[in-house]
Amino acid sequence: MSIQSEDVLKIAHLARLGIQQDQVEAYASDLSNIMNLVEQMNQVDTSDVEPMAHPLDQMQRLRSDVVTEVDQREILQQNAPDTEDGLFLVPRVID
Amino acid sequence: MYNKSLKELSSSLQNKDISSVELSQYFLNRIKHFDGELNSVITSNEEAALVAAAEADKRIQSGNAGLLTGIPLLHKDIFCTQGLRTSCGSKMLDNFIAPYTATAVGKLEQAGAVMLGKTNMDEFAMGSSNETSYYGGVKNPWDLKTVPGGSSGGSAAAVAARLAPLASGTDTGGSIRQPAAFCGITGIKPTYGRVSRYGMIAFASSLDQAGAFAKSAEDAAIMLQAMSGFDEKDSTSVDKPVDDLLANLGNPIKGLTVGLPKEFFTDDLDDSIRETIETAIDAIKSAGANIKEISLPNINLSVPAYYVVAPAECSANLSRFDGVRYGYRCDSPKDLEDLYKRSRGEGFGDEVKRRIMMGAYVLSAGYYDAYYKKAQQVRRLIKNDFVEAFKSVDIIASPTAPSVAFSAGEKKDDPVSMYLSDIFTIGVNLAGLPGMSVPCGFVDNKPVGLQLIGNYFEEAKLLNVAHQYQQLTDWHLAVPAGYEKEA
Repeated sequence: MSIQSEDVLKIAHLARLGIQQDQVEAYASDLSNIMNLVEQMNQVDTSDVEPMAHPLDQMQRLRSDVVTEVDQREILQQNAPDTEDGLFLVPRVID
Repeated sequence: MYNKSLKELSSSLQNKDISSVELSQYFLNRIKHFDGELNSVITSNEEAALVAAAEADKRIQSGNAGLLTGIPLLHKDIFCTQGLRTSCGSKMLDNFIAPYTATAVGKLEQAGAVMLGKTNMDEFAMGSSNETSYYGGVKNPWDLKTVPGGSSGGSAAAVAARLAPLASGTDTGGSIRQPAAFCGITGIKPTYGRVSRYGMIAFASSLDQAGAFAKSAEDAAIMLQAMSGFDEKDSTSVDKPVDDLLANLGNPIKGLTVGLPKEFFTDDLDDSIRETIETAIDAIKSAGANIKEISLPNINLSVPAYYVVAPAECSANLSRFDGVRYGYRCDSPKDLEDLYKRSRGEGFGDEVKRRIMMGAYVLSAGYYDAYYKKAQQVRRLIKNDFVEAFKSVDIIASPTAPSVAFSAGEKKDDPVSMYLSDIFTIGVNLAGLPGMSVPCGFVDNKPVGLQLIGNYFEEAKLLNVAHQYQQLTDWHLAVPAGYEKEA
Protein backbone atom coordinates (compact mmCIF):
# COMPACT_ATOMS: atom_id res chain seq x y z
CA MET A 1 0.00 0.00 0.00
CA SER A 2 1.45 3.28 -1.05
CA ILE A 3 0.31 6.48 0.60
CA GLN A 4 0.33 9.55 -1.63
CA SER A 5 0.83 13.19 -0.71
CA GLU A 6 -2.89 13.88 -1.08
CA ASP A 7 -3.65 11.04 1.39
CA VAL A 8 -1.28 12.64 3.89
CA LEU A 9 -3.03 16.00 3.54
CA LYS A 10 -6.42 14.35 3.98
CA ILE A 11 -5.37 12.38 7.09
CA ALA A 12 -3.64 15.40 8.60
CA HIS A 13 -6.85 17.36 8.17
CA LEU A 14 -8.92 14.56 9.73
CA ALA A 15 -6.54 14.57 12.72
CA ARG A 16 -6.49 18.40 12.81
CA LEU A 17 -2.73 18.25 12.54
CA GLY A 18 -0.86 21.11 10.90
CA ILE A 19 2.13 19.80 8.95
CA GLN A 20 4.71 21.67 6.93
CA GLN A 21 4.24 21.52 3.17
CA ASP A 22 7.87 20.52 2.68
CA GLN A 23 7.40 17.47 4.95
CA VAL A 24 4.38 15.99 3.18
CA GLU A 25 6.43 13.77 0.90
CA ALA A 26 8.55 12.46 3.76
CA TYR A 27 5.40 11.58 5.71
CA ALA A 28 3.98 9.86 2.62
CA SER A 29 7.12 7.78 2.26
CA ASP A 30 7.36 6.91 5.99
CA LEU A 31 3.68 6.00 6.22
CA SER A 32 3.95 3.86 3.07
CA ASN A 33 6.85 1.95 4.61
CA ILE A 34 4.86 1.41 7.80
CA MET A 35 1.84 0.23 5.79
CA ASN A 36 4.06 -2.30 3.99
CA LEU A 37 5.09 -3.65 7.38
CA VAL A 38 1.46 -3.71 8.55
CA GLU A 39 0.30 -5.61 5.49
CA GLN A 40 2.30 -8.66 6.53
CA MET A 41 -0.85 -9.34 8.58
CA ASN A 42 -2.50 -10.54 5.38
CA GLN A 43 -0.29 -13.65 5.45
CA VAL A 44 -2.75 -15.20 7.86
CA ASP A 45 -6.42 -16.00 7.35
CA THR A 46 -8.48 -14.56 10.19
CA SER A 47 -11.98 -14.93 8.78
CA ASP A 48 -13.26 -16.98 11.75
CA VAL A 49 -11.32 -15.17 14.48
CA GLU A 50 -13.13 -13.03 17.03
CA PRO A 51 -11.44 -9.58 17.23
CA MET A 52 -9.72 -8.97 20.57
CA ALA A 53 -10.21 -5.55 22.14
CA HIS A 54 -8.96 -6.26 25.65
CA PRO A 55 -6.11 -8.59 26.67
CA LEU A 56 -8.19 -10.24 29.38
CA ASP A 57 -11.48 -10.02 27.46
CA GLN A 58 -12.79 -8.11 30.45
CA MET A 59 -16.04 -6.22 30.10
CA GLN A 60 -16.21 -2.53 30.90
CA ARG A 61 -16.86 -2.20 34.60
CA LEU A 62 -19.84 -0.03 35.49
CA ARG A 63 -20.29 2.14 38.58
CA SER A 64 -23.39 3.60 40.21
CA ASP A 65 -24.64 6.76 38.57
CA VAL A 66 -23.77 9.10 41.41
CA VAL A 67 -21.71 12.28 41.50
CA THR A 68 -18.16 11.53 42.63
CA GLU A 69 -16.25 14.50 41.21
CA VAL A 70 -15.96 17.71 43.16
CA ASP A 71 -15.81 21.17 41.58
CA GLN A 72 -12.17 21.94 40.76
CA ARG A 73 -12.77 24.49 38.02
CA GLU A 74 -10.16 26.95 39.25
CA ILE A 75 -7.40 24.39 39.69
CA LEU A 76 -8.15 22.76 36.34
CA GLN A 77 -8.26 26.07 34.49
CA GLN A 78 -4.82 27.06 35.76
CA ASN A 79 -3.40 24.94 32.94
CA ALA A 80 -5.62 26.51 30.27
CA PRO A 81 -4.00 28.82 27.71
CA ASP A 82 -6.81 31.39 27.90
CA THR A 83 -9.85 31.69 30.18
CA GLU A 84 -12.35 34.34 31.24
CA ASP A 85 -14.98 34.17 34.01
CA GLY A 86 -14.40 30.43 34.34
CA LEU A 87 -14.82 29.76 30.61
CA PHE A 88 -12.26 28.52 28.08
CA LEU A 89 -11.60 31.12 25.38
CA VAL A 90 -11.21 30.21 21.70
CA PRO A 91 -11.26 32.37 18.55
CA ARG A 92 -14.71 33.59 17.53
CA VAL A 93 -16.70 30.71 15.95
CA ILE A 94 -19.97 32.48 15.05
CA ASP A 95 -19.92 35.89 13.38
CA MET B 1 26.12 3.10 49.19
CA TYR B 2 24.78 3.36 45.62
CA ASN B 3 25.01 -0.38 44.97
CA LYS B 4 23.24 -1.47 48.16
CA SER B 5 20.06 -3.49 47.84
CA LEU B 6 16.76 -2.05 48.93
CA LYS B 7 16.69 -4.34 51.97
CA GLU B 8 20.17 -3.13 52.97
CA LEU B 9 19.18 0.52 52.51
CA SER B 10 16.00 -0.05 54.43
CA SER B 11 17.77 -1.64 57.38
CA SER B 12 20.33 1.21 57.40
CA LEU B 13 17.37 3.57 57.72
CA GLN B 14 15.67 1.50 60.43
CA ASN B 15 18.92 1.18 62.39
CA LYS B 16 19.40 4.98 62.09
CA ASP B 17 22.81 4.48 60.43
CA ILE B 18 21.58 7.02 57.94
CA SER B 19 18.49 9.22 57.72
CA SER B 20 16.20 9.44 54.72
CA VAL B 21 17.17 13.11 54.38
CA GLU B 22 20.84 12.09 54.13
CA LEU B 23 20.10 9.24 51.74
CA SER B 24 17.94 11.48 49.53
CA GLN B 25 20.61 14.17 49.54
CA TYR B 26 23.20 11.53 48.61
CA PHE B 27 21.28 10.52 45.48
CA LEU B 28 20.37 14.15 44.64
CA ASN B 29 24.11 14.85 44.69
CA ARG B 30 24.74 11.92 42.38
CA ILE B 31 22.11 13.31 39.98
CA LYS B 32 23.76 16.75 40.07
CA HIS B 33 27.20 15.29 39.57
CA PHE B 34 26.50 12.70 36.86
CA ASP B 35 23.33 13.68 35.05
CA GLY B 36 24.73 16.65 33.14
CA GLU B 37 25.98 14.30 30.46
CA LEU B 38 23.22 11.68 30.72
CA ASN B 39 20.13 13.96 30.63
CA SER B 40 18.04 11.29 32.36
CA VAL B 41 16.26 13.57 34.86
CA ILE B 42 14.28 16.47 33.37
CA THR B 43 12.57 17.86 36.47
CA SER B 44 14.08 17.96 39.93
CA ASN B 45 11.85 17.69 42.97
CA GLU B 46 14.68 18.47 45.41
CA GLU B 47 12.90 20.79 47.83
CA ALA B 48 9.73 18.70 48.19
CA ALA B 49 11.86 15.53 48.29
CA LEU B 50 13.75 16.70 51.35
CA VAL B 51 10.47 17.57 53.08
CA ALA B 52 9.10 14.12 52.22
CA ALA B 53 12.35 12.54 53.45
CA ALA B 54 12.03 14.36 56.79
CA GLU B 55 8.46 13.01 57.06
CA ALA B 56 9.77 9.52 56.33
CA ASP B 57 12.38 9.92 59.07
CA LYS B 58 9.60 10.75 61.55
CA ARG B 59 7.70 7.69 60.44
CA ILE B 60 10.80 5.54 60.93
CA GLN B 61 11.26 7.09 64.40
CA SER B 62 7.69 6.17 65.29
CA GLY B 63 8.35 2.56 64.27
CA ASN B 64 5.73 2.68 61.54
CA ALA B 65 7.96 2.13 58.52
CA GLY B 66 7.88 -0.36 55.66
CA LEU B 67 10.60 -1.46 53.25
CA LEU B 68 10.10 1.59 51.04
CA THR B 69 9.83 4.21 53.76
CA GLY B 70 12.51 6.82 53.19
CA ILE B 71 13.79 5.22 49.95
CA PRO B 72 14.47 7.73 47.15
CA LEU B 73 13.16 7.05 43.65
CA LEU B 74 12.45 8.67 40.30
CA HIS B 75 9.26 8.67 38.24
CA LYS B 76 8.93 8.58 34.47
CA ASP B 77 7.49 11.91 33.41
CA ILE B 78 4.38 10.18 32.06
CA PHE B 79 2.90 9.90 35.57
CA CYS B 80 0.89 12.88 36.81
CA THR B 81 2.39 14.36 39.96
CA GLN B 82 0.30 16.99 41.67
CA GLY B 83 1.98 20.38 41.70
CA LEU B 84 5.01 19.21 39.72
CA ARG B 85 5.42 19.60 35.96
CA THR B 86 4.32 16.50 34.00
CA SER B 87 5.55 16.94 30.42
CA CYS B 88 5.37 13.43 28.93
CA GLY B 89 8.54 14.44 27.06
CA SER B 90 6.53 16.82 24.87
CA LYS B 91 6.49 20.51 24.04
CA MET B 92 2.71 20.06 24.19
CA LEU B 93 2.87 19.65 27.98
CA ASP B 94 6.00 21.67 28.70
CA ASN B 95 4.03 23.90 31.08
CA PHE B 96 1.57 21.34 32.40
CA ILE B 97 1.25 21.15 36.18
CA ALA B 98 -0.79 18.06 36.98
CA PRO B 99 -3.80 18.80 39.19
CA TYR B 100 -3.68 15.32 40.72
CA THR B 101 -1.31 12.41 41.33
CA ALA B 102 -1.33 9.09 39.47
CA THR B 103 -2.47 6.13 41.59
CA ALA B 104 0.80 4.22 41.10
CA VAL B 105 2.81 7.23 42.27
CA GLY B 106 0.40 7.83 45.17
CA LYS B 107 0.75 4.23 46.36
CA LEU B 108 4.54 4.56 46.47
CA GLU B 109 4.17 7.88 48.26
CA GLN B 110 1.94 6.23 50.86
CA ALA B 111 4.59 3.55 51.32
CA GLY B 112 6.96 6.39 52.22
CA ALA B 113 9.11 6.47 49.08
CA VAL B 114 10.69 9.85 48.30
CA MET B 115 10.33 11.22 44.74
CA LEU B 116 13.59 12.92 43.71
CA GLY B 117 12.40 14.00 40.26
CA LYS B 118 10.92 13.04 36.91
CA THR B 119 12.76 11.20 34.17
CA ASN B 120 13.21 11.87 30.47
CA MET B 121 11.32 9.73 27.97
CA ASP B 122 10.37 9.47 24.33
CA GLU B 123 7.60 11.96 23.54
CA PHE B 124 4.28 10.50 24.73
CA ALA B 125 6.19 7.19 25.15
CA MET B 126 6.47 6.77 21.37
CA GLY B 127 9.97 5.62 20.60
CA SER B 128 12.57 2.96 21.29
CA SER B 129 15.66 5.13 21.76
CA ASN B 130 14.57 8.16 23.82
CA GLU B 131 15.50 10.34 20.84
CA THR B 132 11.96 11.68 20.30
CA SER B 133 11.97 13.60 23.61
CA TYR B 134 11.39 17.36 23.38
CA TYR B 135 14.11 17.64 26.06
CA GLY B 136 16.76 15.89 23.98
CA GLY B 137 17.98 12.32 24.01
CA VAL B 138 19.31 10.42 27.01
CA LYS B 139 22.77 8.89 26.89
CA ASN B 140 23.45 5.31 27.85
CA PRO B 141 25.87 5.28 30.82
CA TRP B 142 27.57 2.15 29.41
CA ASP B 143 28.55 4.01 26.25
CA LEU B 144 27.62 7.67 25.84
CA LYS B 145 27.50 7.32 22.05
CA THR B 146 24.62 4.86 22.31
CA VAL B 147 20.97 5.23 23.22
CA PRO B 148 19.50 3.95 26.51
CA GLY B 149 16.51 2.47 24.70
CA GLY B 150 13.00 3.75 25.07
CA SER B 151 10.55 4.93 25.77
CA SER B 152 11.47 4.80 29.50
CA GLY B 153 15.11 5.60 28.67
CA GLY B 154 15.60 8.21 31.40
CA SER B 155 14.44 5.88 34.17
CA ALA B 156 16.64 3.04 32.89
CA ALA B 157 19.77 5.19 32.45
CA ALA B 158 19.28 6.75 35.91
CA VAL B 159 19.05 3.40 37.70
CA ALA B 160 21.99 2.03 35.67
CA ALA B 161 24.14 5.02 36.67
CA ARG B 162 22.94 4.51 40.26
CA LEU B 163 21.34 7.97 40.40
CA ALA B 164 18.43 6.37 42.28
CA PRO B 165 17.83 2.86 43.61
CA LEU B 166 14.44 2.64 41.83
CA ALA B 167 12.50 4.25 39.01
CA SER B 168 9.06 3.79 37.54
CA GLY B 169 8.38 3.16 33.87
CA THR B 170 5.63 2.24 31.47
CA ASP B 171 5.61 -0.42 28.78
CA THR B 172 3.32 -0.35 25.73
CA GLY B 173 5.49 -2.39 23.34
CA GLY B 174 8.69 -2.96 25.32
CA SER B 175 9.32 0.46 26.86
CA ILE B 176 10.45 -1.00 30.21
CA ARG B 177 12.09 -4.24 29.06
CA GLN B 178 14.14 -2.91 26.11
CA PRO B 179 15.71 0.04 28.00
CA ALA B 180 16.34 -2.26 30.99
CA ALA B 181 18.24 -4.57 28.61
CA PHE B 182 20.19 -1.74 26.96
CA CYS B 183 21.15 -0.27 30.34
CA GLY B 184 21.99 -3.54 32.12
CA ILE B 185 19.33 -3.35 34.84
CA THR B 186 16.21 -5.27 35.87
CA GLY B 187 12.82 -4.10 34.63
CA ILE B 188 9.37 -5.63 34.98
CA LYS B 189 6.05 -4.97 33.27
CA PRO B 190 3.23 -6.81 35.06
CA THR B 191 0.02 -8.27 33.61
CA TYR B 192 -2.22 -5.72 31.90
CA GLY B 193 -4.59 -4.33 34.54
CA ARG B 194 -2.33 -5.13 37.53
CA VAL B 195 -1.13 -1.53 38.10
CA SER B 196 -3.62 1.32 37.79
CA ARG B 197 -3.37 3.49 34.68
CA TYR B 198 -5.12 6.38 36.47
CA GLY B 199 -3.00 9.50 36.06
CA MET B 200 -0.65 7.80 33.62
CA ILE B 201 -0.85 9.78 30.38
CA ALA B 202 -2.45 7.43 27.85
CA PHE B 203 -0.71 6.32 24.66
CA ALA B 204 -2.40 3.04 23.67
CA SER B 205 -4.88 2.21 26.40
CA SER B 206 -5.28 -1.52 25.72
CA LEU B 207 -1.48 -2.02 25.84
CA ASP B 208 -0.09 0.53 28.34
CA GLN B 209 1.05 -0.88 31.67
CA ALA B 210 3.20 0.63 34.42
CA GLY B 211 6.09 -1.19 36.04
CA ALA B 212 9.40 -0.92 37.83
CA PHE B 213 13.13 -0.53 37.20
CA ALA B 214 15.63 -1.65 39.82
CA LYS B 215 19.08 -3.14 40.20
CA SER B 216 17.73 -6.58 41.04
CA ALA B 217 14.61 -8.74 40.83
CA GLU B 218 14.23 -8.53 44.61
CA ASP B 219 14.22 -4.71 44.55
CA ALA B 220 11.83 -4.69 41.58
CA ALA B 221 9.52 -7.06 43.47
CA ILE B 222 9.39 -4.68 46.44
CA MET B 223 8.55 -1.72 44.21
CA LEU B 224 6.01 -3.57 42.07
CA GLN B 225 4.29 -4.92 45.17
CA ALA B 226 3.65 -1.37 46.35
CA MET B 227 2.42 -0.15 42.94
CA SER B 228 0.03 -3.03 42.23
CA GLY B 229 -3.63 -3.42 43.07
CA PHE B 230 -7.17 -2.68 42.05
CA ASP B 231 -8.16 0.94 41.47
CA GLU B 232 -11.76 1.87 40.82
CA LYS B 233 -10.55 5.02 39.06
CA ASP B 234 -9.16 2.90 36.20
CA SER B 235 -11.90 1.03 34.36
CA THR B 236 -9.38 -1.55 33.06
CA SER B 237 -7.86 -2.23 36.48
CA VAL B 238 -8.35 -5.85 37.51
CA ASP B 239 -10.11 -6.56 40.80
CA LYS B 240 -8.01 -9.49 41.95
CA PRO B 241 -5.85 -9.82 45.07
CA VAL B 242 -2.14 -9.13 44.56
CA ASP B 243 0.16 -12.07 45.28
CA ASP B 244 2.96 -11.66 47.79
CA LEU B 245 5.81 -11.05 45.36
CA LEU B 246 8.53 -11.43 47.99
CA ALA B 247 7.40 -14.61 49.72
CA ASN B 248 8.40 -16.98 46.90
CA LEU B 249 11.61 -15.33 45.70
CA GLY B 250 13.72 -17.89 47.51
CA ASN B 251 11.87 -20.94 46.21
CA PRO B 252 14.03 -23.38 44.29
CA ILE B 253 13.21 -23.42 40.56
CA LYS B 254 13.99 -27.12 40.27
CA GLY B 255 11.34 -28.79 38.16
CA LEU B 256 10.00 -25.61 36.55
CA THR B 257 9.77 -25.70 32.78
CA VAL B 258 11.20 -22.85 30.72
CA GLY B 259 9.97 -22.55 27.13
CA LEU B 260 12.18 -21.24 24.33
CA PRO B 261 10.11 -20.03 21.35
CA LYS B 262 11.82 -21.32 18.22
CA GLU B 263 10.60 -18.21 16.33
CA PHE B 264 12.85 -16.08 18.57
CA PHE B 265 15.95 -18.22 17.99
CA THR B 266 16.12 -18.30 14.19
CA ASP B 267 19.21 -17.94 12.01
CA ASP B 268 18.51 -14.20 11.88
CA LEU B 269 19.44 -13.85 15.56
CA ASP B 270 22.81 -12.23 16.11
CA ASP B 271 25.30 -14.95 17.10
CA SER B 272 26.81 -13.13 20.06
CA ILE B 273 23.34 -12.36 21.48
CA ARG B 274 22.37 -16.01 21.00
CA GLU B 275 25.46 -17.26 22.83
CA THR B 276 24.88 -14.87 25.72
CA ILE B 277 21.24 -15.93 26.05
CA GLU B 278 22.16 -19.62 25.80
CA THR B 279 24.68 -19.23 28.62
CA ALA B 280 21.93 -17.65 30.75
CA ILE B 281 19.53 -20.50 29.91
CA ASP B 282 22.27 -22.98 30.91
CA ALA B 283 22.51 -21.29 34.32
CA ILE B 284 18.75 -21.63 34.81
CA LYS B 285 18.99 -25.25 33.70
CA SER B 286 21.79 -25.87 36.18
CA ALA B 287 19.39 -24.79 38.93
CA GLY B 288 17.19 -27.70 37.97
CA ALA B 289 14.75 -26.16 35.50
CA ASN B 290 13.66 -28.09 32.42
CA ILE B 291 14.17 -26.44 29.07
CA LYS B 292 11.69 -27.04 26.29
CA GLU B 293 11.40 -25.74 22.74
CA ILE B 294 7.99 -24.21 22.04
CA SER B 295 6.35 -22.50 19.09
CA LEU B 296 4.46 -19.22 18.86
CA PRO B 297 3.40 -19.56 15.22
CA ASN B 298 1.91 -16.08 14.79
CA ILE B 299 4.44 -14.10 16.82
CA ASN B 300 6.10 -12.71 13.68
CA LEU B 301 2.88 -10.77 13.06
CA SER B 302 3.09 -8.91 16.36
CA VAL B 303 4.98 -5.86 15.06
CA PRO B 304 2.58 -5.43 12.09
CA ALA B 305 -0.52 -5.79 14.31
CA TYR B 306 0.96 -3.48 16.93
CA TYR B 307 1.53 -0.71 14.39
CA VAL B 308 -2.20 -0.69 13.72
CA VAL B 309 -3.55 -1.09 17.26
CA ALA B 310 -1.13 1.32 18.98
CA PRO B 311 -1.41 4.22 16.47
CA ALA B 312 -5.20 3.80 16.31
CA GLU B 313 -5.51 4.10 20.08
CA CYS B 314 -2.90 6.89 20.14
CA SER B 315 -4.77 8.98 17.58
CA ALA B 316 -7.93 8.71 19.69
CA ASN B 317 -6.15 9.38 22.99
CA LEU B 318 -4.13 12.35 21.74
CA SER B 319 -7.17 14.08 20.26
CA ARG B 320 -7.62 15.60 23.73
CA PHE B 321 -4.66 17.92 23.07
CA ASP B 322 -6.55 20.67 21.31
CA GLY B 323 -4.87 23.84 22.56
CA VAL B 324 -8.03 24.81 24.46
CA ARG B 325 -8.14 23.25 27.93
CA TYR B 326 -4.46 22.61 28.68
CA GLY B 327 -1.17 22.27 26.89
CA TYR B 328 0.49 24.24 24.13
CA ARG B 329 -1.44 26.84 22.13
CA CYS B 330 -0.08 28.45 18.95
CA ASP B 331 0.30 32.23 18.67
CA SER B 332 -2.57 34.33 17.29
CA PRO B 333 -4.81 31.66 15.73
CA LYS B 334 -7.01 33.07 13.01
CA ASP B 335 -9.92 30.73 13.68
CA LEU B 336 -10.74 27.58 15.64
CA GLU B 337 -9.47 25.20 12.96
CA ASP B 338 -6.20 27.10 12.72
CA LEU B 339 -5.93 26.93 16.52
CA TYR B 340 -6.36 23.14 16.53
CA LYS B 341 -4.07 22.48 13.59
CA ARG B 342 -1.20 24.76 14.51
CA SER B 343 -1.30 24.00 18.25
CA ARG B 344 -1.09 20.27 17.47
CA GLY B 345 1.30 20.71 14.55
CA GLU B 346 3.72 22.83 16.60
CA GLY B 347 3.19 21.06 19.94
CA PHE B 348 3.82 17.47 18.77
CA GLY B 349 7.10 16.14 17.40
CA ASP B 350 7.56 14.11 14.20
CA GLU B 351 7.14 10.58 15.55
CA VAL B 352 3.96 11.50 17.45
CA LYS B 353 2.56 13.14 14.32
CA ARG B 354 3.45 10.07 12.26
CA ARG B 355 1.60 7.80 14.66
CA ILE B 356 -1.45 10.05 14.92
CA MET B 357 -1.69 10.08 11.11
CA MET B 358 -1.16 6.35 10.89
CA GLY B 359 -3.96 5.87 13.44
CA ALA B 360 -6.30 8.30 11.72
CA TYR B 361 -5.64 6.46 8.46
CA VAL B 362 -6.35 2.92 9.68
CA LEU B 363 -9.50 4.10 11.45
CA SER B 364 -10.80 6.19 8.53
CA ALA B 365 -13.91 5.20 6.58
CA GLY B 366 -13.38 2.21 4.34
CA TYR B 367 -10.15 1.00 6.02
CA TYR B 368 -11.37 0.01 9.48
CA ASP B 369 -12.08 -3.65 8.65
CA ALA B 370 -8.96 -4.12 6.55
CA TYR B 371 -6.64 -2.81 9.24
CA TYR B 372 -8.06 -2.28 12.71
CA LYS B 373 -10.38 -5.29 12.81
CA LYS B 374 -7.73 -7.42 11.11
CA ALA B 375 -5.13 -6.36 13.69
CA GLN B 376 -7.47 -7.23 16.55
CA GLN B 377 -8.01 -10.67 15.02
CA VAL B 378 -4.27 -11.21 14.63
CA ARG B 379 -3.92 -10.06 18.22
CA ARG B 380 -6.18 -12.89 19.34
CA LEU B 381 -4.13 -15.43 17.39
CA ILE B 382 -0.98 -14.19 19.12
CA LYS B 383 -2.64 -14.40 22.53
CA ASN B 384 -3.93 -17.92 21.75
CA ASP B 385 -0.40 -19.03 20.89
CA PHE B 386 0.82 -17.89 24.31
CA VAL B 387 -2.14 -19.53 26.08
CA GLU B 388 -1.33 -22.80 24.31
CA ALA B 389 2.38 -22.51 25.19
CA PHE B 390 1.66 -21.92 28.87
CA LYS B 391 -0.19 -25.25 29.03
CA SER B 392 3.22 -26.94 28.97
CA VAL B 393 5.70 -24.39 30.35
CA ASP B 394 5.93 -22.20 33.46
CA ILE B 395 7.77 -19.31 31.88
CA ILE B 396 9.12 -18.36 28.48
CA ALA B 397 12.66 -17.06 27.90
CA SER B 398 14.18 -15.16 24.98
CA PRO B 399 16.47 -12.25 24.22
CA THR B 400 14.84 -8.92 25.21
CA ALA B 401 16.14 -7.14 22.12
CA PRO B 402 17.73 -8.30 18.85
CA SER B 403 20.86 -6.20 19.50
CA VAL B 404 22.71 -4.35 22.23
CA ALA B 405 22.24 -0.56 22.52
CA PHE B 406 22.58 1.03 19.08
CA SER B 407 24.23 4.36 18.31
CA ALA B 408 22.36 7.62 18.69
CA GLY B 409 21.07 8.70 15.28
CA GLU B 410 21.41 5.22 13.77
CA LYS B 411 17.69 4.47 13.41
CA LYS B 412 16.24 7.92 14.05
CA ASP B 413 15.24 8.58 10.44
CA ASP B 414 14.02 5.08 9.67
CA PRO B 415 10.81 4.41 11.63
CA VAL B 416 10.41 0.81 10.45
CA SER B 417 13.92 -0.20 11.53
CA MET B 418 13.28 1.50 14.90
CA TYR B 419 9.99 -0.42 15.27
CA LEU B 420 11.72 -3.74 14.60
CA SER B 421 14.01 -3.21 17.60
CA ASP B 422 10.95 -4.21 19.70
CA ILE B 423 10.39 -7.43 17.82
CA PHE B 424 10.74 -9.68 20.93
CA THR B 425 8.78 -7.52 23.35
CA ILE B 426 5.65 -6.38 21.50
CA GLY B 427 3.79 -9.73 21.49
CA VAL B 428 3.74 -9.68 25.31
CA ASN B 429 1.81 -6.37 25.29
CA LEU B 430 -0.62 -7.56 22.64
CA ALA B 431 -1.37 -10.61 24.80
CA GLY B 432 -1.36 -8.58 28.06
CA LEU B 433 1.14 -10.90 29.76
CA PRO B 434 3.75 -9.99 32.41
CA GLY B 435 7.33 -9.76 31.19
CA MET B 436 10.69 -8.69 32.47
CA SER B 437 14.29 -8.18 31.43
CA VAL B 438 17.28 -9.19 33.52
CA PRO B 439 20.94 -8.45 32.70
CA CYS B 440 22.73 -11.60 31.49
CA GLY B 441 26.08 -10.55 30.09
CA PHE B 442 27.83 -8.22 27.67
CA VAL B 443 28.48 -8.04 23.95
CA ASP B 444 30.98 -5.38 22.81
CA ASN B 445 31.03 -4.15 26.42
CA LYS B 446 27.32 -3.37 26.22
CA PRO B 447 24.70 -5.14 28.36
CA VAL B 448 22.43 -7.90 27.04
CA GLY B 449 19.01 -8.56 28.54
CA LEU B 450 17.29 -11.91 29.04
CA GLN B 451 13.53 -11.57 28.63
CA LEU B 452 11.33 -13.72 30.86
CA ILE B 453 7.62 -13.92 30.11
CA GLY B 454 5.09 -15.24 32.62
CA ASN B 455 1.51 -16.44 32.45
CA TYR B 456 -1.27 -14.03 33.43
CA PHE B 457 -0.87 -12.71 37.01
CA GLU B 458 2.17 -14.93 37.63
CA GLU B 459 4.51 -12.04 38.43
CA ALA B 460 5.61 -13.91 41.57
CA LYS B 461 6.85 -16.90 39.55
CA LEU B 462 8.58 -14.60 37.06
CA LEU B 463 10.37 -12.73 39.84
CA ASN B 464 11.24 -16.01 41.54
CA VAL B 465 13.05 -17.26 38.42
CA ALA B 466 14.77 -13.89 37.90
CA HIS B 467 15.87 -13.76 41.54
CA GLN B 468 17.21 -17.32 41.45
CA TYR B 469 19.11 -16.48 38.27
CA GLN B 470 20.59 -13.46 40.04
CA GLN B 471 21.72 -15.71 42.91
CA LEU B 472 23.81 -17.63 40.36
CA THR B 473 25.17 -14.63 38.45
CA ASP B 474 26.31 -11.11 39.22
CA TRP B 475 25.62 -9.28 35.94
CA HIS B 476 23.02 -7.18 37.75
CA LEU B 477 25.67 -5.81 40.11
CA ALA B 478 27.88 -4.42 37.33
CA VAL B 479 28.14 -0.62 37.38
CA PRO B 480 29.10 1.33 34.26
CA ALA B 481 32.66 2.70 34.29
CA GLY B 482 32.87 6.21 35.66
CA TYR B 483 29.73 5.87 37.77
CA GLU B 484 31.27 3.61 40.40
CA LYS B 485 32.93 6.57 42.08
CA GLU B 486 31.22 8.66 44.74
CA ALA B 487 29.78 12.02 43.69
